[in-house]
Amino acid sequence: MNKVSTAIDNLGRTVLQNVEEMGKILLLFISVLSWMVRPPLKLRNIFKQMEFVGVKSIFVVVLTGTFTGMVMALQGYYGFRMFSAESLVGSTVALGMTRELGPVLTSLMVTARAGSAMAAELGTMQVTEQIDALHVMAANPVKHLIVPRVIAGVVMVPVLTIVSDFVGILGGYFVGVVILNINSGIFVKNITRIVDLDDIYNGLIKAAVFGLILSLIGCYKGFNTTGGAEGVGKATTEAVVLASVSILVSDYFLTAIMF
Amino acid sequence: MTNIIKIADLHKSFGEQKVLDGVNLEIEEGKTTVIIGRSGGGKSVLLKHVIRLLKPDSGHVFIDGTDITGLNDKDLNEIRKKFGMLFQEAALFDSMTVGGNVAFPLKEQTKLKDSEIKEIVADRLKAVGLIGVEDKMPSELSGGMKKRVGLARAIAMHPQIVLFDEPTTGLDPIMTEAINDLIIDTQKNFNLTSVVISHDVESIFKVGHKIAMLHEGKIVEYGTPEEIRGSKNPVLVQFLSGNTEGPIKII
Repeated sequence: MNKVSTAIDNLGRTVLQNVEEMGKILLLFISVLSWMVRPPLKLRNIFKQMEFVGVKSIFVVVLTGTFTGMVMALQGYYGFRMFSAESLVGSTVALGMTRELGPVLTSLMVTARAGSAMAAELGTMQVTEQIDALHVMAANPVKHLIVPRVIAGVVMVPVLTIVSDFVGILGGYFVGVVILNINSGIFVKNITRIVDLDDIYNGLIKAAVFGLILSLIGCYKGFNTTGGAEGVGKATTEAVVLASVSILVSDYFLTAIMF
Repeated sequence: MTNIIKIADLHKSFGEQKVLDGVNLEIEEGKTTVIIGRSGGGKSVLLKHVIRLLKPDSGHVFIDGTDITGLNDKDLNEIRKKFGMLFQEAALFDSMTVGGNVAFPLKEQTKLKDSEIKEIVADRLKAVGLIGVEDKMPSELSGGMKKRVGLARAIAMHPQIVLFDEPTTGLDPIMTEAINDLIIDTQKNFNLTSVVISHDVESIFKVGHKIAMLHEGKIVEYGTPEEIRGSKNPVLVQFLSGNTEGPIKII
């Protein structure tokens, strides 16, 4: 009986902690929104973060996007060949990339690259009292540190998703048309016939939401770091895990609403 | 002599651990007050309450007669403009140059032109004995230099009050002397009210006009360096002599 009550106790505690954390992240989001509209905007900081989140992630996004498109074409080809529908490979790759894999893979890659860096950088600033120093100098840390990162996440993840969609389809084209000899005209025609602009737009909306999630969680975890170098490591790990899980869970609900 | 900072019955606990247990202290304007006590005894916590980086569980902190414990962010920022603070590890922004660090409060709080800011930055760096280091990154500096830059940043806005959180910890004896001299000089030159947290016995008597001993969450002794030297309070006697036997328990 004791073991059962301890288990229930632990479960309840975990649920409460998670609910509390979600509440705190939401409060941080509200604070970010309120500081976002108060001038002056720190344009220099924003562009610096956009470069870090966006420009410096292009290589990894191109690499993952291309190979994802290629493997989708390969798998799709073997599946569709069973009922002689190889011509649908192109549209399957394009639909998969624009609706799902483009935004999800891009945001997971950006989480690993930039979300983790946000948590580590802000965490280090927290444990070395740099955030306290901002407070002392009457400068709001949310405005200085979090707003530029969140703006960069929301703007740049969709931009990277466009790149990922494009190279994914290109990779699919290469495998489908060049390697597996699907007719080029049919491959392209089926893409334009089946993929709507709405598929692309909805994918980009998803990407913006994921960009918000990964930057907000990265900043939240960094801001709440305690306990020196070990704390920074823990915050970084937690940021990546929580952001990745949140992206995948919210992806389901966004898909259910959008399509 | 007016008291610019007044701390009244300040209590603070972290979980079960009671760190401040009814601190009462008044700090005179234009003087250097040193708060001493053993490591981990709550000195930094007390200092952070003075500028409300921490909120007390109960009690009040008055700055120039204004109770800052319940202030909103906007009013609190106005009060914070009276302050400069030198952090234990200097807390320089890694992503900015030395010049950028010292210029930061000026860019944030004033509408001065870049050329004027540049002039003030050079002047403050000169005041702490550094010339031509504006373009260096904090990672290129030694511990002592970082603290000097931290002090230059703290006095950039010509504040009324400067808080020093263990300014000499981790420095060699020569640099310790240099920083002590700097605290004395800047206090005089800028007519500052300085609050220094320290457990370095030699530094305490050198820089302090007034000394307060924090022990078990309370101020147990307060007075001039002579009064403190002559105190019969067993806590002070043990602290100053560095004896392991006495009321201060080694955990």
